[in-house]
Amino acid sequence: MFGTEGISKAFGGAKALSNVSFQVSPGDIHCLAGENGSGKSTLIKIMSGVETPDKGTIILGDERLTSLTPRDAVAKGVQVIFQDFSLIPNLTVAENIALSTAVLEKKKLINPSKNREIAARALELIGVDLDLDATVRSIPVSSKQLVAIARAMTQGVKLLFMDEATTALTRKEIDHLFGVVRNLRDQGVATVFVSHKLDEVQEIAESITILRNGEVTAEGPIENFDRKAIAEAMTGQEVSEVRLTPELPGDAPTVLEVEALSSTGRFKNVSFSVKAGEILGITGLLGSGRSEIAEALFGMAPIESGTVTVNGRAVKLSGPRDAVEAGIGYVPQDRLSQGLFLNQSIRKNVMASAIERFLGRGGFVKGKDISETVSNWISDLKIKTDNPENAATSLSGGNQQRVVLAKWLAMSPSVLILNGPTVGVDIGSKKEILEIIRDKALEGMAVVIVSDDIPEIVQIAHRVVVVHQGKLGAELSEADISESRLYEELAA
Amino acid sequence: MSYITPLEKRKGLKLWGSPNEIFLIVAIVVLSLIIGLNNSVFFSIATPFDLLRSSLIEILFALGLLIVLISGGIDISFPIIGIFAGYTTVVVMLGLGLDTYSLWIPLVLAAIIGAALGTINALLIAGFGLPTLIATLGTAGMFRGFLLSYIGSVYIANIPLGLDQFSTADLLSVETGQGTLARLHVLVIPILILAIAIAWLLRRTMFGRTVFALGGSEESARRMGMNVRWTKARIYMLVGAISGVAGILYVSLQRKADPYDLYGTELEIIAAVVLGGASIMGGYGTVTGTILGVLLINLIKDNLILLGIPGSWQRAAIGLMLLIGVVGQAISDKRRAKQATVIEEDAS
Repeated sequence: MFGTEGISKAFGGAKALSNVSFQVSPGDIHCLAGENGSGKSTLIKIMSGVETPDKGTIILGDERLTSLTPRDAVAKGVQVIFQDFSLIPNLTVAENIALSTAVLEKKKLINPSKNREIAARALELIGVDLDLDATVRSIPVSSKQLVAIARAMTQGVKLLFMDEATTALTRKEIDHLFGVVRNLRDQGVATVFVSHKLDEVQEIAESITILRNGEVTAEGPIENFDRKAIAEAMTGQEVSEVRLTPELPGDAPTVLEVEALSSTGRFKNVSFSVKAGEILGITGLLGSGRSEIAEALFGMAPIESGTVTVNGRAVKLSGPRDAVEAGIGYVPQDRLSQGLFLNQSIRKNVMASAIERFLGRGGFVKGKDISETVSNWISDLKIKTDNPENAATSLSGGNQQRVVLAKWLAMSPSVLILNGPTVGVDIGSKKEILEIIRDKALEGMAVVIVSDDIPEIVQIAHRVVVVHQGKLGAELSEADISESRLYEELAA
Repeated sequence: MSYITPLEKRKGLKLWGSPNEIFLIVAIVVLSLIIGLNNSVFFSIATPFDLLRSSLIEILFALGLLIVLISGGIDISFPIIGIFAGYTTVVVMLGLGLDTYSLWIPLVLAAIIGAALGTINALLIAGFGLPTLIATLGTAGMFRGFLLSYIGSVYIANIPLGLDQFSTADLLSVETGQGTLARLHVLVIPILILAIAIAWLLRRTMFGRTVFALGGSEESARRMGMNVRWTKARIYMLVGAISGVAGILYVSLQRKADPYDLYGTELEIIAAVVLGGASIMGGYGTVTGTILGVLLINLIKDNLILLGIPGSWQRAAIGLMLLIGVVGQAISDKRRAKQATVIEEDAS
């Protein structure tokens, strides 16, 4: 048996966990669910020895402990697979799997054939075949994750934490991963899946513990929960998954018109149009070209042929600047590297793309106007911060995404393209972000949402197009949009 | 029970080096042909022997720097550490009346002085976590100032006997057509052995793999349980020791100890290591590539005049080589990134 009993932990004055108990048995797949900031990460850190609890007991097999060092945790079979996998990109698959063992045994010399042997055995244990000599940076994300799992196997894992393991994976890869996890279960490993993707939680977990604000709000076998119940336990409020889609006026003018857009190796002959106030969903598997289409519309990927028309004017998109001038805004998927100046203040981030509208005589910035606008956006989008001068890094994922949104909304674009707008955002924020998008559409903005989050697309889009290998496949109109239909189209 | 099909397996033995090493060899051969066709004096056994002699010390410095670059750092204090150790060793030996034929005394002494200076870098970088460029820029200035003000600023022509004699220790000498002797210095052998030892250190020891891991992802290395700080400290101490040895050997080959020497040579050594394929971002680099890089730089440096290019262009040419090396890396990085996405698309 593994788990905790009555664990409490506070940082400074802030309570991170209070009286948290959960249990997972060998051969069990348990889910730890909760929004960002609910205490999931603190719990993982306590179980892996990184943080010491203020109160309570850690249960590892027969042992009941009040504190734990990282080294002890590893020795007792606790392994964590972090979201970034903690791999070393320039070393080979074999080394990434086997070096931990060598480090633990305090080896001075490296034996490459022994490394390969250890790695091959670990990969066999999880039923996976990978090229041992490939460098990790040359393999796909899904394989990187398998390397991280294989490495955990070499450490004699008994309790495996997987932190948001499916974020970067396609549906097919998730199926592979779940196969691997079930295989581990059959070998008696206790697995704790940390996630906030509800459909995946229901698919893989056998039991669940739900945290909110550092407290357990619900627990039990997964059969006792439906999606709504999990979501409510996570958010503490009733979450409705009704469609948010606003009515579309019949006489809305077409704002964005894309015709026969092609770019070799990315997408081919892509045509669609979006009316004012309309929300178009574009979905497809990872690598299908969905992201590339979004990037091309913002001038970040080359367009070789085809035309883009905004408000009746043909625009040439050779860089983001052209797109901004044409009235196109873009919320990127990877907000950390593309959407935000992380170390700059919230205020500067919000104003970044609209700054030219706040230039006074002589090119000086009108500070007062900016402050007013920024505080309007902060209250409008409910960005949780006590000071707009704080760096963007000080915000949680959901709030960072709102800052990115505010940045683009501040320039009032006629077309807003959102690429995975709620990736890594918790349920509560997600709902609010989708509502903001809906409200902007109601005001007449044409919106394109590119996402592989099917429930999200179903909730918000008027129309959905599915991308397959760079080409547009089925187009579903309002009446046909449903989760099952979209999953079918994706698999086609 | 295979969930993921293997990526394209590597087939056969690796007969060739990396594309970069092949490129360097081709560049050296082509350049030699061009120089030789312009000036037939070039085609003589003396040319490779001279090239090796002028490259030996730089190869030593370059191998030390290679370790730093792979770990994701940079060191610009190493030439100063070299001349500091070399000059101080001579001053100490002469001061103590140790004007002996022994080679071991100066070598060991210089290595110790170099390692001690390297320890200061190690303290700043591993201990206080300073960025490597700033830390070594600062120590380079400090070491040079200390050397010139406290140890000596005069040129010493009478170096200890052993060092003096070693400068003419030839492995073999061949009579050339013009009646002069082409000499191959005996130092070729120990440096070759040292190069092999460093290659082994990087490939086959936990220290070496940790150096690579640091250059790949320091955070991941830490999470794998590797001792990041201690490895960093050892890197800068080791590089200090290697630089100290290189410094005293430089003094020996020059048959003089001049505290103003070696200053500014970091440019061409960094250029050589980068041309040799070591990534300026860390994580990649080979001993073979580094040696080829030094040879190419020296070939260009020594023969610009034969090509009718004024010697004053030397430094510009070396700066250009450094930029070519970095641009080459950026291009191949981009290509590699592209390959990775292609594989990803195939997998999904």
